[in-house]
Amino acid sequence: MSGFLVRRLGQSLVLLVLVSMVGFAILHLAPGGPMSQFASGSDMTQEDLDRIAEQLGLNRPLPVQYAEWFWRMLQGDWGRSFRDGEAVLNVIGSHLGATLQLMLTATLLAILLGVAIGTLSAIRRHSVFDTLATVGAMIALSIPTFWFGLVAIYLFSVWLGWLPSGNRSTPGDGSLPDLLRHLILPAMVLALVETAIWSRFMRSSMLDVVNQDYIRTARAKGVPEGRILLRHAFRNAALPMITVLGLQLPTLLGGALVTETVFTWPGMGRLFLDSISYRDYPVVMGILMFSATLVLLGSLLADLLHAVADPRIRLG
Amino acid sequence: MSDAPILDVRNLSVRFRTEGGEVPAVNELSFTLGRGETLAVVGESGSGKSVTSLALMRLLPKDAAVAVTGQALLEGRDLLSIPEAEMRRLRGGAISMVFQEPMTSLNPTTPIGEQVAEAVRLHRGMDGRAAREEAVRLLDLVGIPAARQRLDDYPHHLSGGMRQRVMIAMALSCDPSVLIADEPTTALDVTIQAQILDLLRRLQERTGMAMVFITHNLGVVAEIADRVLVMYGGRAVEQAPLRPLFSRPLMPYTAGLLRSVPRMELAGRRAGPLPAIPGNVPDPRHMPPGCVFHPRCGHHQPGRCDAAAPVLEPADEAREVRCLRWRELAA
Repeated sequence: MSGFLVRRLGQSLVLLVLVSMVGFAILHLAPGGPMSQFASGSDMTQEDLDRIAEQLGLNRPLPVQYAEWFWRMLQGDWGRSFRDGEAVLNVIGSHLGATLQLMLTATLLAILLGVAIGTLSAIRRHSVFDTLATVGAMIALSIPTFWFGLVAIYLFSVWLGWLPSGNRSTPGDGSLPDLLRHLILPAMVLALVETAIWSRFMRSSMLDVVNQDYIRTARAKGVPEGRILLRHAFRNAALPMITVLGLQLPTLLGGALVTETVFTWPGMGRLFLDSISYRDYPVVMGILMFSATLVLLGSLLADLLHAVADPRIRLG
Repeated sequence: MSDAPILDVRNLSVRFRTEGGEVPAVNELSFTLGRGETLAVVGESGSGKSVTSLALMRLLPKDAAVAVTGQALLEGRDLLSIPEAEMRRLRGGAISMVFQEPMTSLNPTTPIGEQVAEAVRLHRGMDGRAAREEAVRLLDLVGIPAARQRLDDYPHHLSGGMRQRVMIAMALSCDPSVLIADEPTTALDVTIQAQILDLLRRLQERTGMAMVFITHNLGVVAEIADRVLVMYGGRAVEQAPLRPLFSRPLMPYTAGLLRSVPRMELAGRRAGPLPAIPGNVPDPRHMPPGCVFHPRCGHHQPGRCDAAAPVLEPADEAREVRCLRWRELAA
């Protein structure tokens, strides 16, 4: 177990370093860059720009910049935003809450709905419900998130006027009902695609399990059908879902990026997008490292959970 | 053995409806099982043995694709027509089953003690602790060493033979009057096979249960059966007590099966290849006309065996045979 942990953490660290290198390289290769941001539409002279480049260290060779950034990051100094000079960790910290709130709500919703729909679909295979769920999932998976977001805004905010179209709260009102009202639309849109994925995985996993010999054994024992499904089939079918949870984490971050933009949600996704368009290198790199760590920890956690839940798996 | 059979199967037919048409898997099968008796059902793969056992347990898929007709009277109650709720109470109670595949027939995420105790709780109304104690007793009964310590073991901790013992413990947990054993030893090593057969025989002596023992292994039949039902192409082709059947088979198919068993006394004599029945079991969608066995039969007469279908007829007071020529061949 501890051997497994050490090995996995070691692999994760190597991956993180690779991610940072690739990310850093791509970011600096992209056309534009912070200097052209400063130059455009301002009355800065070339000397001013040179001075800023000197200050930010942008005039040095790329490997040197990388090495310095990396070394500082190890010491906990993730740099300062080019935009407002705020420390990167603080910037991330101030946006993390909003993203976590949205992500956790959406994931929870998606797991509950998806597992329920998938299980029902499998039990009532080829029924009207199953067909509707299948078609619904296909639609949810094939239409992009932003479109759902826009439709939801049009329907519930513009047309019906029930829910706010964006932001995390009404300025000046931070009450719980207000926060919840703002949360509903983005969480629903983000959960929609996730629910579709979860329901498909759950359906096929359940179908796989109900045809197993041990389900027949349970029937031969005279176990009532409901108990067979809940006690014997569901647990075995839910096991692979733990892995899905770990694998879904990156998708969720990506989905949150689009959803946050559509709903002007002040979370990491929008911060990431804004920072890229400003060529705010330190913040972009910070978010990149942060998300990569989250993804790796997510899959590690999924493996650990799987080992806890499945008696046949022993990590070694 | 009292007179009234414990299980009386009459005209059991099972047909599967597939896209390629209707497939008859079991055809008008009738047999009886006396109290404490062991009936071996033998035949090649595809002869309808397993479908028969699943039909008796009502474990075939419950949809329009499967049609089961006939009667199966267990102490007077027709297993095929009673309501599902009543059948569920009988299943694992009065009639229970042991399957062929011990490796996959146990729930991999549930401790074995719980799997045995579940049946006890369901059918005998015991509470958790009493059911657990009963599970210890049952696991001990089927010869699992240190049963109490193994209650919380998972199936993957056990060998195939041990898993089959757990399956047997589960099947016996509620003192069934009939146990259906569908090739319970096929997946096991020969030495383990002998142990399991011995176990089943001892348990039968103790509890007086009757057994339907499905197998394709005639060695196993000789070990355990009182009476033998030979199936071919979904039909009963011969039915007889063990000894007469082995010493004087009437149906050419039975004779062929017996000849194809390797015999120790012939070992090393280089008597040529082991005689096998030529050909394969017929495709149930395209059953041959006349006697279903005639294309593989060494005694078949053109114009006779491929024209009229033989009926199962009594050969003496204890035997039945389905062959047009059995009288000539026996003479």
